[in-house]
Amino acid sequence: MTSLPLDWLQSDRRRLRVDQSAIGDRVYEFLTALCALVVPALVVAIAVAIFAAAWPAFARLGLSIVTTSDWDVRGGHFGAAPALFGTLVSSAVALIIATPLAIGVAIFLSEFSPSWLRQPVGFLVDLLAAIPSVVYGLWGIFVLIPMLRQQVMPFLRDGLHLGATPFFSGPAYGPSMLAAGLILAVMALPYISAVSREVLMAVPRSQREAALALGATRWETIRDAVVPYAKSGIIGGIMLGLGRALGETMAVTMVIGNRPEISASLFAPGYTMASLIANEFSEATNDLHVSALMAVGAVLFVITLIVNAVARWLVWRVSRVRAR
Amino acid sequence: MIKNVRSIAVALSTAALLSGIASAQSVDLTGAGATFPYPIYSKWFSEYAQRTGVKINYQSIGSGGGIRQLSEQTVDFGASDGPMSDQELANAKGGAVLHFPTVMGAVVMTYNVPGINRPLNLSGDVIADIYSGKITKWNDARIVAQNRSLPLPSSDILVVHRSDGSGTTYIFSDYLTSVSPSWASSLGRGKEIKWPVGLGGKGNEGVAGQVKQTPGSIGYVELAYAKQNKLPYANVRNAAGRYVAPSIASVTAAAAGMKLPKNTDYRVSMVNAPGNDSYPISSMTWILVYQNQPDRVKGAKLVNFLRWAYKDGEKAASSLDYAPLPAPMVAQLQNRLKTIRFADTRVGEAR
Repeated sequence: MTSLPLDWLQSDRRRLRVDQSAIGDRVYEFLTALCALVVPALVVAIAVAIFAAAWPAFARLGLSIVTTSDWDVRGGHFGAAPALFGTLVSSAVALIIATPLAIGVAIFLSEFSPSWLRQPVGFLVDLLAAIPSVVYGLWGIFVLIPMLRQQVMPFLRDGLHLGATPFFSGPAYGPSMLAAGLILAVMALPYISAVSREVLMAVPRSQREAALALGATRWETIRDAVVPYAKSGIIGGIMLGLGRALGETMAVTMVIGNRPEISASLFAPGYTMASLIANEFSEATNDLHVSALMAVGAVLFVITLIVNAVARWLVWRVSRVRAR
Repeated sequence: MIKNVRSIAVALSTAALLSGIASAQSVDLTGAGATFPYPIYSKWFSEYAQRTGVKINYQSIGSGGGIRQLSEQTVDFGASDGPMSDQELANAKGGAVLHFPTVMGAVVMTYNVPGINRPLNLSGDVIADIYSGKITKWNDARIVAQNRSLPLPSSDILVVHRSDGSGTTYIFSDYLTSVSPSWASSLGRGKEIKWPVGLGGKGNEGVAGQVKQTPGSIGYVELAYAKQNKLPYANVRNAAGRYVAPSIASVTAAAAGMKLPKNTDYRVSMVNAPGNDSYPISSMTWILVYQNQPDRVKGAKLVNFLRWAYKDGEKAASSLDYAPLPAPMVAQLQNRLKTIRFADTRVGEAR
């Protein structure tokens, strides 16, 4: 007797819920689509704005902005090759130092670490990413540079006799490409290690067990079964770190010495594109100067796009090889 | 043509309406520009707001940004450590721009030479040759000749300069241009210089940090910064041939030593000023205003503020390590405020 109205009520409620969720679905779909469109639109808008502002400089100076080395505001010469060189070299130094360290941290935390240690160490490494870059810069000026000048550089040059190579020669003032590379390494490290750690932990247990069952040692298991499985993710992490290094401005400006010269020695001061813009933009009044700085920004934009595209391609290639 | 005039009229009245609305809100005037005078300006603005209720919002984004924003008329006044060039004046959309000097500062040579406990003496040509890489050792004969009693080491000189475009670099290079013909012909004056030697530090703190840490280095920073951070600084030889320590008194003396023509536009360089007690690397900093104000109310507020700054504000300058303008110049500037106009009538208080 009572079952019929109840059934009726329930079915009505169910119907109602379906209708509501259909509307909800549509709203939700619309909102997410909007988000998905706004972000790419923003990227395009930024690119258009930068290239439009850079156009007068490109039209007037052409590719000499990236191929010549003479940056002379008063003389109207805007050659940012040393800054381009510095951006690439400092980021490369950073990756060479940070990648093995970060992957080491990640492997330790995911494979070897006792569980009570995993959380605090992982947290502290991640915390490196939360430090503002100006704080890194101050640390660079007051701790890293005196240490480089007094201990590390003399040791590299005379202790290890690396001074004979062009890469570690010349006077050791402190502010240098090496200082910039080191500070960028510390800044890129948490990005690489956090991503690597997550992908290593996501490797299925069966992968490890299978390798161990075949008689592999722990080291062989990690080398042949775990790391290859996580390779695409690790490369993604490295590229994220590289993106961080390429665009970093404040900390690098404070330690690189800001000298627009191309030198083979890591002891020599250098310059990066981001530092050049940060240094000169606020006081630039001459139209060509402003436009040339925008052009440097456009080049930096293109380089980061290329880096990201290469990262995508690497990840795609690696994951396709594995799928086969 | 008529259509154009009408649309301009509509635009102007809309602008007037909008600015009327804006001025009814909490901020009365907005300005942007130089970072160097920011401490004294912010003190002035807060005191002036307490006294009169007129609120002034100032963004210290750098002289270049101040000139750009004034030219685009997005602020009511600009501020700059270097005078606007003829080209920049011609580009200003609101017509004639007047330069009003407010306070003065100086650039000092700071150094880190172990074993020296009295100030170094340096002349402009020696500084120019150090910064062009022609003098490379501390015991160079020309430095020794000016510092007979000091034990100068034989170490290399590490030159430190500003890496960011700055008014400080402008003043410093302006001075070197005026005392050294070879500097004038090769490097010249500017907010950025194509430095032949040395390291670049960002901001006064970047230069000072580098100099403090590196034995054998020399750098240039603002007087106020050097005083507040107790950095050592050199006596510099002035036009009268005397070695003068930078101080508020020696900067004001440099301004008093200048002979300005009666109808000056105050776009003048103060470097290497005559006078026995003048410190040679001194400069004024300017507030930039349009001669023809687009808004009567705002124009009056701006003029009244400047009048107050000259009358009362100048007294606070030295407490923040800025040099006040000499009294006769202040009187001339008070007079000059009368030339600011709105639609051909004078704005603000007359005295």
